[in-house]
Amino acid sequence: MVEATITRAGTMNEKSASGELEVRDVSKFYGTDRYPKTVVDNCSFIVKRSKLTVMIGPSGSGKSTIVRLLASFEQPSTGVVLLDGKKVTKPDRDRLVVFQESALYPWMTTYENVVFGPKAQGRQGEPLAEAARGVIDRVGLSQFQKSYPNQLSGGMQRRAELARALINNPAIMILDEPFRGLDAMTKGLMQEYYAQLFENSQSTHLFVTTDIDEAIFLADRLLIMSNFPLRLRQVIDVDLPRPRRLADVVTSDAANQLKMTALSILHEEALKSFAVGNQMADHFIESYKQRYRPDASD
Amino acid sequence: MFALAQLPTMLGTRATARAIIAITLAAVFWEIGSRFGDWTGARLPFIGVVPPPSRVLLVWYNLIGDYGYWQSWYLSFLRVLGGFGAAMVLGIPFGMALALNRTFYQTAFPTFEVLRPIPPLAWVPAAILFWPTQELSIAFITFLGAFYTIVINVVGGARSIDARYIQSANAMGASRWTVFRRVVLPSTLPSIIVGASVGMGVTWEVVVAAEMISGGGSSMGSGTGGGTGGGLGFFIWNSYTGGSYEQIIVGMISIGIAGYISSSAIRALGDRIAPWLKPR
Repeated sequence: MVEATITRAGTMNEKSASGELEVRDVSKFYGTDRYPKTVVDNCSFIVKRSKLTVMIGPSGSGKSTIVRLLASFEQPSTGVVLLDGKKVTKPDRDRLVVFQESALYPWMTTYENVVFGPKAQGRQGEPLAEAARGVIDRVGLSQFQKSYPNQLSGGMQRRAELARALINNPAIMILDEPFRGLDAMTKGLMQEYYAQLFENSQSTHLFVTTDIDEAIFLADRLLIMSNFPLRLRQVIDVDLPRPRRLADVVTSDAANQLKMTALSILHEEALKSFAVGNQMADHFIESYKQRYRPDASD
Repeated sequence: MFALAQLPTMLGTRATARAIIAITLAAVFWEIGSRFGDWTGARLPFIGVVPPPSRVLLVWYNLIGDYGYWQSWYLSFLRVLGGFGAAMVLGIPFGMALALNRTFYQTAFPTFEVLRPIPPLAWVPAAILFWPTQELSIAFITFLGAFYTIVINVVGGARSIDARYIQSANAMGASRWTVFRRVVLPSTLPSIIVGASVGMGVTWEVVVAAEMISGGGSSMGSGTGGGTGGGLGFFIWNSYTGGSYEQIIVGMISIGIAGYISSSAIRALGDRIAPWLKPR
């Protein structure tokens, strides 16, 4: 069902935009002034230009809140969000979000969904149609241009949504757990597919997830977040070669070592929240230690 | 049994066959039920006083060529469409305004909510006083029946729009008008269609009662055909006062059919203007 090949023919005629996003001392409180509830606590980090930054943290840690702050759907209580050094306060097509569950418009076909943004910008005619067909082709949905979202599979919906964001050529793409809820098979294919899309695009991406394998596979930089309230715990550079294939990364020692490091930090966080997956992390760390014991002889 | 087995292919679809078989069976039971007294001398309660379908059909057959009967259909349909149309034209913008403008909501909604529980039929005396003609009174009451339902559905639909739809549209640079026209309106459309089909049902209930109470409008006709100017509600009432029980049943079934035609039309229209809602 998922055709994981990418046709390069459909690259956009515009040069891909690419920005750098800085989050400086950002906090977000909800509730009243007397009883504030801190959701994001004094976060500072940079989403580097033309890199794929992955933010990972336990479920319910406030990651979606920071996504809304980055997209300016909400304003931070303190601190600023800067795009290429300029403070951002309003939603704009320079920072587009691909949401957890599909936010495609159910009343529009794939094609209509994709051209919605450009049309709102006043683009029209054959150049727009051509760009739209190109981008739809790039995500492998050419045959589904006239389908409504409820006629597409989960994986196809996510790709349609990628296309809808891509055609706007955003300086920053923000993806908030886009593959959550997909079955394991489709998820794996979508991850490889998305990695290739990123590798061909040269633009700046922020990808939010709770899945450690997904994080390691995709990331250039990994932001490990603490549990509620959201804080930055650690930044790990993921120096795995690109282009990446799922099979290579799964078997790579370097990748497993990174996973081990990330997991031991996440594990501490997960313990605090009784999040599911503690035991899995435990088992992984245990077997990893046994396998890579310094004195182990093979 | 042979004929029954052949029926599905004869009629094209199994669904149609089932519907026809069910209606036929119901008619057979009804026939037996109402004739039971004649055959055995022991009249069944309730159904025993209802004329059997064979006699109803005969009366109906004689009415097919009757101008007054069709005039009743025409008048009731006219009133339903008028009241329903007015309720749509006024109700959709009113509901949208309630849903989208906080100030307007806070101002108008309490008044609306006080008026809403008043049954349309409670308005009959007041309406007769307000409006210069009886026709306008009936139209007004019919309008009320659909109006509240449509407004409540529009408000509910427009207030429960997924916030992400609007956020994405804003992020992609859509103007306020574009957001309304291309996002808010289509995502409210399913609720509008539901409101319309429920409202259509209420309209039929109300128009018939209004016709009965108000005496069938301005131009009352002769008694035989159930009145030449009264609508289906008055047709039934007139048949009752005239003592033709068969004709009462004809009137009732006519309203059933008219209501069915109306809701089918709404559904078909809904499928046309909201094709994405059709099951795949």
